[in-house]
This record gives sequence, structure tokens and C-alpha cells, in this order.
Amino acid sequence: MKKALLLNKKDNVATALKDLKKGTKILVNMDKTKLVEVILKEDIPMAHKFAICDINQKDKVYKYGETIGVAFTDIKIGSWVYVHNLESNRGRRDKIKGRRCKNV
Amino acid sequence: MYKIYGYLRKDGSYGFRNHILIIPASICAVHVAMQINSVLPNVVVLNHPYGCGQIGADVEQTRRVLTGFGLNPNVAAVLIIGLGCETITVDSIANSIKNKPVATLTIQKCGGTINTINKGISIINDYYEKFSTQERIETDLSRVIVGLECGGSDATSGLAANPAVGFAVDLLVKEGCTAILSETTELIGAEHLIAKRGINQQVKRDILKIVHKMENKAMKMKCDIRGAQPSPGNMKGGITTIEEKSLGCIHKAGKSPVMEVIPYGNSPTQKGLVIMDTPGHDMESVTGMLAGGAQIIIFTTGRGTPTGSPISPVIKVTGNPHAFTTMSCNIDINAGEIILGEKKVEEIGKLIFEETIKVLNRKLTKSEILGHREMAINRIGPTL
Repeated sequence: MKKALLLNKKDNVATALKDLKKGTKILVNMDKTKLVEVILKEDIPMAHKFAICDINQKDKVYKYGETIGVAFTDIKIGSWVYVHNLESNRGRRDKIKGRRCKNV
Repeated sequence: MYKIYGYLRKDGSYGFRNHILIIPASICAVHVAMQINSVLPNVVVLNHPYGCGQIGADVEQTRRVLTGFGLNPNVAAVLIIGLGCETITVDSIANSIKNKPVATLTIQKCGGTINTINKGISIINDYYEKFSTQERIETDLSRVIVGLECGGSDATSGLAANPAVGFAVDLLVKEGCTAILSETTELIGAEHLIAKRGINQQVKRDILKIVHKMENKAMKMKCDIRGAQPSPGNMKGGITTIEEKSLGCIHKAGKSPVMEVIPYGNSPTQKGLVIMDTPGHDMESVTGMLAGGAQIIIFTTGRGTPTGSPISPVIKVTGNPHAFTTMSCNIDINAGEIILGEKKVEEIGKLIFEETIKVLNRKLTKSEILGHREMAINRIGPTL
């Protein structure tokens, strides 16, 4: 079976289709002519995402060809993309006027 | 043409189950209803804590939901029990249910718990004698409203279960069916895509309006929507943001145009795909769609969830092969084979379509076998 799935050419993350170990080499199909080789920098649990290129702080993260949030640290190719480096700005009032409630 | 058979109601609608329903008008009548249920175990009780101390749009919404359950074609006959002094009177529900026999009792008029239970048992017993022999009549999918739901999602939902359901929904809509997409919260971040599919400018505007309103409701709480949306389980399952969840969720709705946007608990006025404005809370959302007349629910999950519904069968589909194995007593369809690369989205989509026909024709779903009858009415005002 395929190890990972890229949903759209615009995406900068791919989804693991099973638990993947650090160091695993993944060939991600960008389009019909281009394959990108990604070596995982950490373990990726099934259904979780990893970066298929370097993503800079404040860059948008794309899945399904659409933005799913913004990177709040630099994310290196092959890294796990999760709540420690990706966040949404939708429905967020905790960021306004210094108010912050830690319910996560 | 797919042959389906249903119970014809007085208004020309068709039910695919033949439930006898007790609606407590308020929490004060719930115990009496449950005691009747203990004698007559097949009767369905809407176990809810509301009906009093409510005003304005909030009380109207609760009344609309209780009435909507009574009107749902899957219900053959209704007994409404009230205390006698609550905000939502038994008559205000009964007067709006004209497509089937309705009886009312109030505990104060009957003379307390024991007398009300005895009278209730007698009424329900007569209903069973009348409706247990009702024959089903051939009908077609244009008489069916399907509610779409997801709960306990993970990142497989958007890759496997929801796209497969979307394929089935397109087939159902092509056959004349009405399908309700709900969970406005789970359109946040995907509203631009779904709004594009509005049949006209009004529908496009309505979609954006309900999403904006829902996001504002979250913002009014002055904290982070994460923790509720996505939930901790969603996040553990690989969904990091509400946008990511929403972009997966909307796959349930297939590719059909959106015909209208309807308020919580209202019945669709159009055939085809419609959107109901509900919260992302799965039980509140399903409850709204049942009140809107949904005779069947297709429910996707990733983490696995056992919930059912009081009056309509719920078909559970998971995209997570692990959840299908560990919770096989709760899940009807395994879309996890898509993740494993063993089946295509279209194959599982066709299977869901065929399962829908079977369940309409009285095949029991897993949650029906296990007796799951959860419900939750969405509140929009304070208790006074």
C-alpha cells in the first residue's frame, strides 16, 4: 500500500496512511512529472501530516489545495506538522487584546 | 428504479420505521414517560430536560424540535405528556401534528404519577394493536430525507469516509432524494467552497451568513475555539485546525448544488442537497435533522462512536481501519479499505448507497440493534 497521500499539487503537507517511522524515505507524487523525496525527521502517526518542503514561520499550510492554518515556527521538510507548529486564526478571540485562555 | 417500501402517513409522507413515540412536554413528565416505557419497552421516549423556563426564539426552537419529532414520518402515533403548568403546553405540540393520531395527558389533570402512567400504558397499548399490522407500500427515493453527520472525526474522515458518503449522496440526489448537510461550525474555513455551490445568490449569501454568525458566537466566548473544534480526539487523530476539519467534512455533501439554507429543526422545502444551520455537536445536529423530517442518517466517524437516534436509523461509516476493528459492534460500513488502498472511494460510495436502500427497507443498523437512542436539543437562550 501507499505510505502517504498528497491531495493537491498546491499542498505543502502530505498525510501518512499508516504509522511511519523516523528515517523512512517517502516518494511523494507532486504531479505526473515530478516526484519529491522526503526523509522523515520524526515518527508520523497514521492520518497525521508531514511537511514535503521547508515551510517558513508565518507561511500558510495547504492541504486539499486550501489553507488549513499558518505555521508559527519554521517547519523543515520531513517534520511532523501538528499543534506545536501549525495553528488556525479562525474563531480565535484568545489572541485579541492580550486575552489568552489555555484550554488546549 | 430502486424499490423501497414505507408506511404511508395521512399527509402523503412515508415512514421507514413505525415507532410509537412519547413526547414529554417538559422534564417534569420524563419520569412518567420512562415508567410507561418500562412496561412497554418498544415505545420511544424523547428524554430531554427542557420545555419550561424558556422564552422567545429559544422556547420556539424547543417546541419546533418536539413537534418535528412528532411529525417525522418514521413515527406512527404520538402520546404527549406534560405536567400541566409548563411553558410548552401539550396542546401547543399536539395541534401542529396532523399527519397521525395524537393523544395528550397532563399529570396534574390525571391526578398524579400513578394515574398518568396507567392511562398512558392504555393509550400506547391501543396504538400498538392498531399499528403493528400496518402494511408497507412501495414508494421511491424522492420521499426520503437523508441527514448527513460526522462525529468523532479524525483525518481519515476527510480522506475516506466523507468522500465515500459524498459519492453515495450524489447517487441519492440523482434519484430525487433530499440530503441535509449540517454542522455550521464545521464549514468554518471551507465556506468559500460550499458557498460557490449555492443555486443562487441568496443561497450563497445565506451560507456565508450562517458561518459568520457561528464563528462570531465562538468569538464571543473570548477564548480559543480549539478544544471544542477541533476536539482533543479530532486532534489526536491528525486534525490540527478547524479549517482542516471543515475541508474534510464538506466531502460528505458530494458535488450537488446547494438548494437552500434552513434553520435548526425546520423541514427542507426543496429536493436535492440543502444545508441546515446546526452546531457541530453531533447529537444536537442529528436532533435538528430528525425534527426536520430526516428518516435516515448517514454518520461518518474516524475515532469511532456508538450513538444512534430515537426514531431514525443511523448508518455508521468509518474511514479508519483500526476503529472498524476495535468498534465493529458499532460501525456498519468500513471505508478504511480506502486508506489501505484495497478499495476505491466509488466502490465504498456505492456500498453506502446500497446499504441506505437496505436500511430503508427495515435492515437494522448496529445502533438500532444495540438500542442507542441519544438526542440533544440545541438551546439558544438562557434558562429563566
